[in-house]
Amino acid sequence: MDDFLIRAVLAGIGVAVAAGPLGCFVVWRRMAYFGDTLAHSALLGVAVGFIIGVAPTVGTIAIGVTVALVLVWLQQKRDWSSDTLLGLLSHTTLAGGLIAITFLQGIRIDLMAYLFGDILSVSVTDVIWTWVGAAVITGALAVLWRPLVALTVNKDIARAEGISGPGIELSFVILIAILVAISMKIVGILLITAMLVIPPATARHMARTPEQMAVFAIISGCVATALGLFGSYQWDVPAGPAIVLAAAVLFAFGIIGSFLRTRNDRA
Amino acid sequence: MKNKTTLIEAVNIKIKREDQVILDGIDLSVESGEIVTLIGPNGAGKSTLVKALLGLEEINSGSIKRKPGLVVGYQAQRLEIDATLPLTVRRFLTLTLSRPDIELEESLEHVKLGQSLDKSIHVLSGGEMQRVQLARAILRKPELLILDEPTQNVDITGAVDLYRLIQETRDRINCAVIMVSHDLNVVMSGTSRVYCLNNHICCSGQPAEVSQHPEFLRLFGQNSADMLAIYTHHHDHNHGPAGEVLTPAWGDEHPHDHAS
Repeated sequence: MDDFLIRAVLAGIGVAVAAGPLGCFVVWRRMAYFGDTLAHSALLGVAVGFIIGVAPTVGTIAIGVTVALVLVWLQQKRDWSSDTLLGLLSHTTLAGGLIAITFLQGIRIDLMAYLFGDILSVSVTDVIWTWVGAAVITGALAVLWRPLVALTVNKDIARAEGISGPGIELSFVILIAILVAISMKIVGILLITAMLVIPPATARHMARTPEQMAVFAIISGCVATALGLFGSYQWDVPAGPAIVLAAAVLFAFGIIGSFLRTRNDRA
Repeated sequence: MKNKTTLIEAVNIKIKREDQVILDGIDLSVESGEIVTLIGPNGAGKSTLVKALLGLEEINSGSIKRKPGLVVGYQAQRLEIDATLPLTVRRFLTLTLSRPDIELEESLEHVKLGQSLDKSIHVLSGGEMQRVQLARAILRKPELLILDEPTQNVDITGAVDLYRLIQETRDRINCAVIMVSHDLNVVMSGTSRVYCLNNHICCSGQPAEVSQHPEFLRLFGQNSADMLAIYTHHHDHNHGPAGEVLTPAWGDEHPHDHAS
């Protein structure tokens, strides 16, 4: 196997391992559009990173967390629906990012690579950063897991039983921002939410507990990454979209599987 | 009898949300082993008061004192768990604590839901869900059980069973109970005090006193007062200051739904 393909597989698996359990919460808490908003803000993060001279990853995380805080602040101010506020922030930051990037004179940014990912060009450093980010996310989630599940089931009950909400929820948002930062190069800004939503949705068909769903989401994300990269290599199609399509195919198999199972149960 | 200790005491609390006063001038206290019922129409601020007592709602003025280290079991009013979240009864019981299966099974048997540890929470009926919530509360061995409209979305027979179960639970773990209800026939037997709430405390006292209070009659109407008399429990009564028999009502033999 070629070196670039090995690097691609390693980076892709790093993203899948972190996105699986994190994405379960995105699905349970109905935050898909929120994930999308953070992903869209990433381009602005990259531009800001270049302008003030920090790594694009750092810029992306900083902008992501800022957007999350602005969202919380706006939610308290007026009674706009979250949906509207997310639409506002999502597209404002994307438009801002697209414009900010044109101001970066002298630096050539491969816009397509950020929007749609360029997993076949990841360097060894990229792989390392992906795994560092994935380790931070899975490590933090392991610690936050039980309280975060309790808060997701019912906030009032969890808080009445001594779990403090705001700190844990802010940490969760920061973890999503980190995931966006590490997976930008892999699947691209426009497709990141797919990795957060589709593998957990596939896992739901088989899982009976939150923990099972997280594990199945990791497995399904890794299989989708492998299948997508294989397809990309075989038929020379873009890798990011191929991974997302592979994940969707797995989801479809899950639906057919659970349909057949319930039919057999009835028979 | 053990000496009574005050578990929770609210003094003159006021809660405002966006210029609207939800609760004002609320004084309420619960002693160990006591059963307190909060009644009032929809929108009276009952749930808000309960959440404030739990520390889930900020209060704008006044004070709430809890006994240090007070263990509370809270049964939330509406529990809607997203269908995308797979959850067995076992996992639901162990959300914030871990206990061996044998103890979990024991608490489920107490609420007559034995052998259901591995059931998905999503297949339970409204009444079963409330009983599982009660089993959760028992596991915590609370000194105070707070039940926010426990019979919502439960049919009449289910509601009667549920009240009986709450009573048994209370007798078994000997905890104090705060029960919220918008329904009059759920003033439990053994209730020491009823608070009638409508953004402020309209009246409070023993069930029979409250049912004759003009504020209560204005809120609920004469029919309700008559009903309270009908639902009088035969074998459980207290004596008032003048020696008259005060009969707390608990409508288990005569279920009657006058909600909505």
